[in-house]
This record gives sequence, C-alpha cells and structure tokens, in this order.
Amino acid sequence: MVIAADHLSLRVSGFDLLRDLSFVANSAEITVVVGPNGAGKSSLLKVLIGDLVQTSGEVILNRRALTSWAVGDKAKILAALPQHSVLNFPFTAAEVVHLGRIPHHTGIERDAQIVDEVLARVDAKYLQKRFYTQMSGGERQRVQLARVLAQIWEPSCLGERFLILDEPTSAFDLAHQQLTLALVRELADSGIGVIMVLHDLNLAARCADKILVLDGGKIAAQGAPNEVLTAAVIDQVFGVDVEIGEHPITHQLMVIS
Amino acid sequence: MRYVAPPVLIAALLWGLLVVVCLALTLGTVELSVGDLWRILIGQAKGPQADNLRTIVFDIRMPRILLALCIGGILALSGAVMQGLFRNPLADPSLIGVSSGASVGASIAIVFTGGLVQVNAWMGLSVVALGAFAGGLLATVLVYRLATSEFGTSVTTMLLAGIAIGAIAGALNGLLSYFSNDSLLRQISIWQMGNLSTASWSRLLPVAVTMCVLLVVLPRVGLALNALLLGESEARHLGINVQRIKRQLIVSTALGIGIAVAVAGLIGFVGLVVPHLIRLLIGPDHRWLLPASALGGAVLLIVADTLARVVASPAELPIGILTALIGAPLFIGLLIRQRRELQLW
Repeated sequence: MVIAADHLSLRVSGFDLLRDLSFVANSAEITVVVGPNGAGKSSLLKVLIGDLVQTSGEVILNRRALTSWAVGDKAKILAALPQHSVLNFPFTAAEVVHLGRIPHHTGIERDAQIVDEVLARVDAKYLQKRFYTQMSGGERQRVQLARVLAQIWEPSCLGERFLILDEPTSAFDLAHQQLTLALVRELADSGIGVIMVLHDLNLAARCADKILVLDGGKIAAQGAPNEVLTAAVIDQVFGVDVEIGEHPITHQLMVIS
Repeated sequence: MRYVAPPVLIAALLWGLLVVVCLALTLGTVELSVGDLWRILIGQAKGPQADNLRTIVFDIRMPRILLALCIGGILALSGAVMQGLFRNPLADPSLIGVSSGASVGASIAIVFTGGLVQVNAWMGLSVVALGAFAGGLLATVLVYRLATSEFGTSVTTMLLAGIAIGAIAGALNGLLSYFSNDSLLRQISIWQMGNLSTASWSRLLPVAVTMCVLLVVLPRVGLALNALLLGESEARHLGINVQRIKRQLIVSTALGIGIAVAVAGLIGFVGLVVPHLIRLLIGPDHRWLLPASALGGAVLLIVADTLARVVASPAELPIGILTALIGAPLFIGLLIRQRRELQLW
C-alpha cells in the first residue's frame, strides 16, 4: 500500500512547477522531500493531497487513482498539515483538535478520548482550554499537528493511512523539534506512511527512510539518505560546498557546511 | 474564558424572546396592561373598546412584531454565516456590498414598477423583493468572484470589492433618485432608512417562509462552517465538499438578505453585532452560534422596533436609523478590542 506518483507534471499559468516526477512513498516509512526554495516541494504536496490537479501523469493512493477517491473516504486515511494556518476565531485547542474528527463517526466519547491522547502526544495538553488566537506560533503549530493526528489516529478499513507534513518543525524550539520527529518515527513504525518537507538536511538525514531531492520541479535524486545526501548532489542542487561527516556518537550522516 | 454554556444561552434567549414579544404587544400609542393583553389573546376581552383593542393587537402589532422577529433572525443568521464563510469576524452583509446591491435592485424595481406598488401592494412587494434578491445575489457573487483566486479567498480584496460595489450602488441609487418624481423619491428614501411600519400578515408570509427555510438549511452546515474556519483546503482535507457548501451558503444568505431588505429596507449592524456578541459569550462553534444568533437578532430587532414606535410616539423613527445609532458605536468598540486581541489580516 503506497502513495505513488507516476510521471507527474503540473503546469500553472504557463510555468512548469513539476516535471515528470515518479516516485513511491511506502506506508510505515518516512519520505522526506528536500530542495531549494521554489523547487516545487509545496506544489508536490498540494498535488499529493488533491488541492491541485496534475496536468499529466497520475497519483495513486492505495492502488486507486487519487482523483477517484470520494472526499469523505480520502479524509479518513489521508491528512495534511499546512505550513501556515489562517484560523483566527477563538476556538480552544481541544475544539480545534475535535475538528480533526469530522470525517469519522465514532461518537462523542471516543472522540474526546482521542483528542486527549493526541494533545498529550504533542505536549499541548496544557493548552486544552486556551484560545487558539492567543497562542504562540509554535503552540498553534502543535495544536494543528494534533488535529491532523486525530484525523488518522485509528486504522481504517479503507487502507493504510498517510500523513503529509509541510515543514512541521519550522516554528518549533529544539525540544519540540526532537519530540515531533520522535513522534513521526513512532507513527511510521505503527504503519502510517509519512511524507514531509524539511529544510534542515541534518534533520532529514536523521529521520528519513527515503529522501526525495527536488530541483526545478524535477527529481534530482531519490533513495536512502546516505545514497542521496552526497557532496556532489548538494553542490549540484543547492550550490553549496559541504562536507559529509558522521555523528560522533550515533554515526548518522551529517551535512557540515 | 467563555461566560455561558451554549444551551443555557439558547434557553435564556428563548425566554427573552417571549418576554420582549409580550412587552412589545402591550407598548405603543395605546398602552395595554398585561392583564388586558392576556384577555385579548385568549379571546375573552369585554367592554366597548374590545374590538378596537383586538384589531390593534392582532392586525397591527402582532404581524409587525413577528416581522421584526423574522427579519432580525434572518439578518443575524446571515451575518453569522458570512463571518464564517469569509473567515472574518467583521464581515457583514452591508460591509461587503450585499445590502447595497439589494438596495439598488429594489430601487430599480420601485422606479420601474412604481405604478404597481400603488395599485396592488402584494404584487408590488413581490417585484421589489425579486429586485432586491437579484441585486443582493449579484453583489455577493461579484464580491466573491473578485476576491477568490486559485489561492483562495482574500479577505482584504473582498472588503475592497465590497467598498467598490457599495460606491457603484450608491451612484446608481443617486441616479435613480435624481430622475424619479417626488412620490417615488419619498418611497425610495423611506424604504432605505429601514421601516417595519408597513407590516401586515401578507408581507410577513414570504419573510416567515424564508426564515423557516434558513433555519432548516443553515444549522446543518454548522460543522462544515467550523471546518471552513481552518481554511478552504483544510476543510476539503477533512472531507467537506467545500464548493457545494459555499454555493449553498451564498445562495441562502443572498436569499435571506434580499427578502429582508425588500420588506424592511436597509437595517444595518444587526448582522454584524449580534453574531459577534454571541461568539464572545459561547465561542465560535457554528452548531450553537447559528441558532443563538438567530434568536439574538430577533430579540434585538423587536426591542429596536418597539423603541422606534414608542420614543417619539405618536410619530415613528425609521428603525434603520436606530440600529445604526446603537450598532455603530458597538462596532467601533469591537474594532478596538479586535485590534488589541489579534492580528486580523
């Protein structure tokens, strides 16, 4: 069960945003998308979630074309966390997370349990009764993360679940960055397929099962972190001279610039 | 902090509605005691004045109060829906040009069917209502189209488009007034100040039907409106059919405001202030906000209309002037609060 892109191209008002992309994002794996600004990362996520429809090619979600899924069914197994959110009404954190349960009909009690659980998982339990409009950027982002978690918290008979995250850690302090990446790893271990955009190549190297390097709307490289994050690829795509080293303790790959 | 549990507020508003309806029935040029009113209502009034009093209560005050109830409810409900739809707590039918569109539509109808209004009140009303409805719908669609691009609906553009449409509508209204004769001119200008004094059972009927339709349709979309507050694509990701819901909401509010404006003229600020106050009390959950706003709007407009009848009795103030006088300072207060509390745009 996978999300697969097959010769995907996207053209918006005369610009080729995505060109002939083919890749597979497996369930129970973390696929990280990296690339310079304007490489097409956000466009790719929008096509994968169905906000934009590709000009040619196809997106497959659990063996069926994404466009053939009913919106209500798709919402039960595919959730997306946007980079920014526009909510400016004074919902409490718990109410925001409850919105994530809209696609399901599991009853008030079960929903309340799930909301409690996910709020605790993103360290936002203490925000429960606070107003979203009065939270800091990082707190808002954690509440939104809890909302998309609530949406795909339980296995569905419709197939494997997928989570799409657009720079989930950008607003977080170091502790919450670590917490979030650990949480994402746990989700993947429990069978959820995660596709996320990250800017920090070291974070990407540390948590990705597979890395997708985008450049100018094309895939410049894809594969396991140690295959993809080489000095040559980074120089070619980002135009930056780097050394590839190793973490002194964990021996994970490190990009040193 | 929220101050009231939603069911408590709804219950309080229902009681409040009952009380203001009874009070409004007793107040006026001819004052009745509560005892008199009760005897008239249960049909046991006696004495030389009984027939007159019955006429006052059943044919004059009752339809007017019910009209105020329906129109207040429709305006506040539409306001709450618009604020949710545009994700902006300051959106209002009159701020985004819907009311001005409806007003031009109605003016055109009055000027070009001026004879009809005098010949047959019922026919005239339906033509004016149709004009107001068409004008309101046109303005809503225009504003929405202008403000919506492939990247979503821009609130700033929407407000600017509303100002532009308001200006065009003002110019058209001026033009129509300039070329119409004295009696049409007076009709237009009185109508624009907002007025419930022409209430009758036959004028009440289309308004009551509209309110019932809105009350059946709108609370069902409460959950979808909650999701829409997150953003349109977020709502779509939650499985909401955003395009269909948006169309449904725009048509419903244009219908409601069109009818309300046609029957009662321009009554401002109810749609803006009532949902805002209710939201302060019980929070933004539309499943409660929509019915509570409808009730609050009904209460407020009955109070305002009773004031309009009583303060300068036996003369009458246009109700639109009263709601603007009460509503505008409230609106300014909300703006100041808003600026302190959150970055709006």
